[in-house]
Amino acid sequence: MSLLSAVFSATTLAQTVRMAVPYACAGLGGVWCERSGVANIALEGMMLAAGLGGVVAHLATGSAWLGVVAGLIVGACLGAAHALLVVRGRVDAIVSGLAINLIAAGGTRFALRALYESSSNSPPVDGFRNVFLGGAGGVALLARTIVDPLTIATATLALGAVWTLGHTRFGLHVRACGDDADAAASAGVAVERVRLTAVSLGGAICGLGGVALAYDQHQFQSGMSGGRGFIALAAVILAGTRPGRTVAACGAFAALDAVQIVVQDQVRAASALAQMLPYAATLFAMYAIGQRRIHARRDARATTSL
Amino acid sequence: MTAASRSAVLATVAGLAAGWLAAMLLVWLYGESPRAIALQLVTGTWAVPYGVGQVLYKATALLLTGVAVDLALRAGLFNIGAEGQLAVAGLAVAGTAAGLPATTPAWIALPTALATAALAGAAWAVVPMVLRVRYHGHEVISTIMMNRVADALVAFCLARGMALPGTVRTADAIPATHLPRLDAVGLRALHGSSVSAALPLAVGVTACVAVWLRRSRIGREVVLVGMSPRACEAAHIPVGRRLGVALLVSGAIAGLAAAGPVLGNKGYFESGLGAGAGFGGIAVALIGRGHPVGLGLAALLFGTLDQGGLAINGRVPMEVVTVVQGVVIAAVALADARIRAVALRGVTS
Repeated sequence: MSLLSAVFSATTLAQTVRMAVPYACAGLGGVWCERSGVANIALEGMMLAAGLGGVVAHLATGSAWLGVVAGLIVGACLGAAHALLVVRGRVDAIVSGLAINLIAAGGTRFALRALYESSSNSPPVDGFRNVFLGGAGGVALLARTIVDPLTIATATLALGAVWTLGHTRFGLHVRACGDDADAAASAGVAVERVRLTAVSLGGAICGLGGVALAYDQHQFQSGMSGGRGFIALAAVILAGTRPGRTVAACGAFAALDAVQIVVQDQVRAASALAQMLPYAATLFAMYAIGQRRIHARRDARATTSL
Repeated sequence: MTAASRSAVLATVAGLAAGWLAAMLLVWLYGESPRAIALQLVTGTWAVPYGVGQVLYKATALLLTGVAVDLALRAGLFNIGAEGQLAVAGLAVAGTAAGLPATTPAWIALPTALATAALAGAAWAVVPMVLRVRYHGHEVISTIMMNRVADALVAFCLARGMALPGTVRTADAIPATHLPRLDAVGLRALHGSSVSAALPLAVGVTACVAVWLRRSRIGREVVLVGMSPRACEAAHIPVGRRLGVALLVSGAIAGLAAAGPVLGNKGYFESGLGAGAGFGGIAVALIGRGHPVGLGLAALLFGTLDQGGLAINGRVPMEVVTVVQGVVIAAVALADARIRAVALRGVTS
């Protein structure tokens, strides 16, 4: 099979969708937080903790759905903790995010050894196995990936975020808190409560990404988020905290991963460089945004001096 | 003792107490006796000379990254990038130290190696610096991104020829670049531990930075910019340039933190060497509160925890220590904010 036909195949597309799900969930979680005015660099830790929570509940109850619920709860709790520290406790959001990342990284490893006496991984879980769509080909894989409940949930959450943020009262309040908290407060918005809700919601969505990641691997591995939370953060920044664009950026990063897997044997050296791409793109976007701001200011000055 | 420093001490003690409680709770949940584990943590570190040496070894890197993060904080910048700066510097210094001609005299080789570490760390801070100063890009985001790029770059360089075939480590540094271990220069009691001449170097750098911030014009302006950039602009202090200097020097010091593990201990760089010290430095800076003695004590504390984690790992997962770090960071920040709020209320009423 030639390189090109390997890259443009149903398998690559399926891999892209599969890998986009955790990114997109974490990214959407980040969007909810950032939009309400609470920076969240703890997406990584929230994913990790929720992934473990999901696997533990799945193993304990035998139900993949209860695992999802547990993951959502763990994510929401961490989100709420972050929001309480930042909003009520007046702790710097970066400091709180760092602390959560550390606690999640250490806590999951600790819990793994405490629960399963392994420092590397949990026992296997089923996750959502589709019994109706069999077959081994790329198209069958794509079909299975698309009807996966977590893929559908992610797509729903993405549409939901676009619609809620843009067209509902709650969304308007969230954006108001993020744009100018003082103005929002004087307009009668309960800033603290809105932020608590938005960040908890964001944490829960991010947690779903962690569960998706663990189910995809059919087990929890220590440190399995492997920087995905930071890639999602990069997507959020790159997209200017807009949900639709965030998901698109996540999709692009996932495609990059998928192509890497497909071409791995042919072009080994490219993979490390491709890993840098999301971060480099974000740095470039920061430059471009700054550049545009400078131009806008210059233009404004030019018009006022006329 | 002023009221401000008294409340700082109070907040720190409260935060440390919370961290300790969290640790003991985890140990108890794990089914071990908190008292026995605490005892083991202390005897594994401070009760034996080897343990003391290892604590000092870990504290060396933490002190430097702590000073680096603290210096940026003083200018009002949050350098999350010490981790990446350290990694890149580690690779660079190992490459240089192995690439120098074997006959290079130590008085050239060692300063060259140290300068490489500092320059590499500073170079890794250039992009965040430019983005911050010229384009108002938030340094937290850019340094996080640079950390991830550093990870990928180090892996790439190791995979593409910098590592010895079949390993993840670089070639041996020439002996002239080695920082002597302290047990080799008279402190026999520390025999076998990895603490090296990087420790006095780190203490020296800490002192220099403290003096620089207090006594030099640029240093004082850096601190003033951190207090109120707008007031500084009104006073014609070049705010952007001071921010830039702070971030670059911060990167250079974080880069120097690679000297201990590479030149003082291993003699080469390997994947993951020094990892965690960058984030640990953030904890050190938050606990150390901009005072050189505070930074030193905080570095010793987290160095003790690091080494103590290894000492208790047989009975309790050492990751307890990472959790404690997180809890301490959050709790100290929370206690700080509480005390500040109470103080403000006192002023207004």
